[in-house]
Amino acid sequence: MAPPTGRRSSSNRKAQLGLFAGYFLAGLGALVGALLLIISLFRPDAFSGLRSMAVDVTSPAGELGAAGRHGTRTVLESIAGYYRAGSRNALLQREMEIARVRLAEAEATATENRRLKAVLGLDSGETGPVAVARLIGSTSSSARRIAYLSAGRRDGVRPGMPVTSPLGLVGRVLEAGSSSSRVLLLTDSESMVPVRRATDDVVAFAEGRADGSLRLRLINLGINPIEVGDVFVTSGAGGLFRPGVAVAMATELTDDGAIAQLLSNPAATDVVVVEPIWQAAAVEAIAATTDQPLMPEAQPGDAEEEPSTGPGADAVPE
Amino acid sequence: METLNPRSRSDAFGSKINRASSPLLVLLIPWLSILLGSLAPFLPIISPAPIMPPLGFLLMIAWRLMRPGLLPLWAGLPLGLFDDLFSGQPLGSGVLLFSLAMIAIELTELRFPWRGFWQDWSMAALLLSIFLYISALFSGADWSLMQLQVILPQLLLSIVLFPIIVRMVALLDRLRLRRVRRVD
Repeated sequence: MAPPTGRRSSSNRKAQLGLFAGYFLAGLGALVGALLLIISLFRPDAFSGLRSMAVDVTSPAGELGAAGRHGTRTVLESIAGYYRAGSRNALLQREMEIARVRLAEAEATATENRRLKAVLGLDSGETGPVAVARLIGSTSSSARRIAYLSAGRRDGVRPGMPVTSPLGLVGRVLEAGSSSSRVLLLTDSESMVPVRRATDDVVAFAEGRADGSLRLRLINLGINPIEVGDVFVTSGAGGLFRPGVAVAMATELTDDGAIAQLLSNPAATDVVVVEPIWQAAAVEAIAATTDQPLMPEAQPGDAEEEPSTGPGADAVPE
Repeated sequence: METLNPRSRSDAFGSKINRASSPLLVLLIPWLSILLGSLAPFLPIISPAPIMPPLGFLLMIAWRLMRPGLLPLWAGLPLGLFDDLFSGQPLGSGVLLFSLAMIAIELTELRFPWRGFWQDWSMAALLLSIFLYISALFSGADWSLMQLQVILPQLLLSIVLFPIIVRMVALLDRLRLRRVRRVD
């Protein structure tokens, strides 16, 4: 392609100045970018208001797409279901019989739990959801794994709240706008969830690996007790996530734990539930002592709006 | 003349008589298409790993390489800022990288004024790999050898997609210069 003649600097004074101004402005742009980047790297919540506002404005279009995503997926799945329908049917029937027995056992355990808790005088700790919403999109081109949720402060969503789907934990709310919010998915490399093995008390941390899997790091080092196929659930440590929510299944063993696959793939979830922070008071106390905003709640205008009576605040007796 | 060839008084952009291109389309289409590309995180794809190409950045360098001088040299500032609002990167990484990409293209164009398809593609591939890796570095994710592999599929997809994006930009460019306004 021939070079554009109009932009070559010449003896024309005006052209020279224009070219200089262009370079100057572009350099200035890069400088502004570098400054903004430094600010947002050191204070990650510095521009959260700006971002939330932008997402609020654009989320209605995303919501339409989210409904479409679920629709197309079910169509594809029903086509795929015709293959191997017979063998799968037999398999499902066998699993169902086992599951029915397990369900009965679980009900018995739940009854026993209720009875024991009543004896101890404990509240059940079960709290209703804050909001039910759709995941409308995700940062699929960035190395960070953040999803956009179609519910915000207007629906009672606050930063730090866990987001779950019927299949397990999805992530936690990072920033909440007025009608949308940003969710840090479990696979983000900044995400860390305390988990334990569903069957016993092997505790570990589940860190995101940014490639769709989690890395489980055992807290008690020694002989690695994890086996492939073990299911891990939240342990409730830290007070953010309520215990017993399914997180991941170990697929590959490592020296200090395992690599695990997510149980609730956010791509396959249609509707997610925002739950209150399990032990809000404890989380706030930790945040106050370490001076680290675990839960960036200190938004101006938030305090007078709802003085600490989030649905999670009074749910658990301290 | 019209009896011999009905398109004799028109070209690729429509009739040459009594028609002119609309200044609104001429100005808006490049900017709007790039901004729409930056809105790609709202596509109904919730991916557990980075896989989508950075459409805003791809469209910007495609417009810049195909129509030099159409986007001003400072275009990286507003476009990068808009991209940052939705991309999940810390605010400022897009502003910096978009601006630097614009300056880099300008400087290579001074050095190699006669460009062709292969040069444009290799330039885009180089810019994309630098953009994706530096973005991952800025994203605040912990940086390990594994991360290099995580970016790889996305990078390959972006590079392969670039010629297609350029064709789409060329289509948009024909729409942009279409003579739709009636001159009396």
